[in-house]
Amino acid sequence: MTEAQATATLDCLGLACPIPVVRLARAVAELQVGGVVELLADDPGARVDIPVWCRLKDQEFLGQRDRVGGGWVFRVRRAR
Amino acid sequence: MTVLPETYLDAASTTPLHPEARAALLAAADAAGDPSRLYGRARRARMLLDRSREQVAAAVGASPDEVVFTSGGTEAANLAVTGAARAARRRRHLVVSAVEHTAVLAPARALTGQGFEVTEVGVDRFGRVDPAALAAAVRDDTLLVCLQHANHEVGTVQPVREAAEAAHARGALLLVDACQTVGRLPLDRAELGADLLVGSGHKVYGPPGTGFLVAGRAARLRPVLLGDERERRRRAGMENLPGIAAMAAALSARVGEAPAERQRLEGLAERLRSGLAAIPDVVVHGPPSDRLPHLVAFSILYIEGEALLLLLDAKGIAVHSGSSCTADTQEPSHVLAAMGAITHGSVRVSFLRDAGEADVDRLLEVLPGAVADLREMAELDSQAIERASRRGS
Repeated sequence: MTEAQATATLDCLGLACPIPVVRLARAVAELQVGGVVELLADDPGARVDIPVWCRLKDQEFLGQRDRVGGGWVFRVRRAR
Repeated sequence: MTVLPETYLDAASTTPLHPEARAALLAAADAAGDPSRLYGRARRARMLLDRSREQVAAAVGASPDEVVFTSGGTEAANLAVTGAARAARRRRHLVVSAVEHTAVLAPARALTGQGFEVTEVGVDRFGRVDPAALAAAVRDDTLLVCLQHANHEVGTVQPVREAAEAAHARGALLLVDACQTVGRLPLDRAELGADLLVGSGHKVYGPPGTGFLVAGRAARLRPVLLGDERERRRRAGMENLPGIAAMAAALSARVGEAPAERQRLEGLAERLRSGLAAIPDVVVHGPPSDRLPHLVAFSILYIEGEALLLLLDAKGIAVHSGSSCTADTQEPSHVLAAMGAITHGSVRVSFLRDAGEADVDRLLEVLPGAVADLREMAELDSQAIERASRRGS
């Protein structure tokens, strides 16, 4: 199965918490329901906080993968 | 006179000296003597040391010969973990909860380089260990099970008695880090089933540089500090007698006083929780019951915990943050991460024994504005970052 095409990409590499979550929150708000945002981050806090934020806000955490060159790629779908 | 900020809300980090501890400290400081020598001054020092040991033992339901004085909770925890491992014959496995203090986790992890295996048991969203999961992790070669009495970041009281049963069923020892509960909650070593129990002086209105390990008869220990035969060969080095006498006095006083304070402190915690509910996007951590009465932990979404601390400090309010976003080498709080809780913007408020509604109200007066300012700053920062990245692309 291929990944849903990301509607938006956010580069948060080098940015510490809470900025990745702040940007994610705004990016998700700007998506249509069903849209997907891809977020790049290398702050270890983001790894914990992004899935937790999705749970708190009833948004769909599609997953994360290691990024070539360091950090992670997170994918979030606007669920409501 | 201890100088503390106007509104000191970090009792879980350290506490000011209890008046009885100060009196004991000063009296002992002027009565120097080596308790291991044989002349009059030394005998008086020995008597004070013995009396202090009896006081500490009585405060935790232990017998005096089980009490080992140390330089603090950290040393006591290191002695318990490392000392038990060095005394072990065949058992080569440890079980630790994922939310232990690093004074337990670090010496446990250090043993993995010395032929030991460590299993970490996770927690639920309230920070509580599942006794069944812990029992399932205990093996026939488990030496030590480590479970705190209450968590230092979120205040969750752990199922220690169940952990004791699980450990003892396989012949393992239970180590209980009780630094947050000694002198705060009713505590009886035998009732908890703790073979090893760690306490700290400065968290219970005693002086810093003092702590103790209770080592029951089942717990065989090799010392970590070597050099003499003090503390029944479990901890070498001249005893910090003024500190020990002060810690013992504080502990005795606190065991008597704490029960009467509980309802007031719980009321303050509740007052704070209701106030926090009025601030959008605040998540309060910890369980609805079985928790420390004087501690409230929460995360404020979209702000940096340390920035908030600085703003509050400027207003004379001292709280603690579990998150450390400014130091980029620092990992998020292992406790909040294990709970699956938001780690940024984390704040821990913990009340002193004489805290009152004015302390809570002062915090609640300043907090909403500080949070709004920081959120606005974070929003402006992220907008600036986005403009810059659009220009760059």
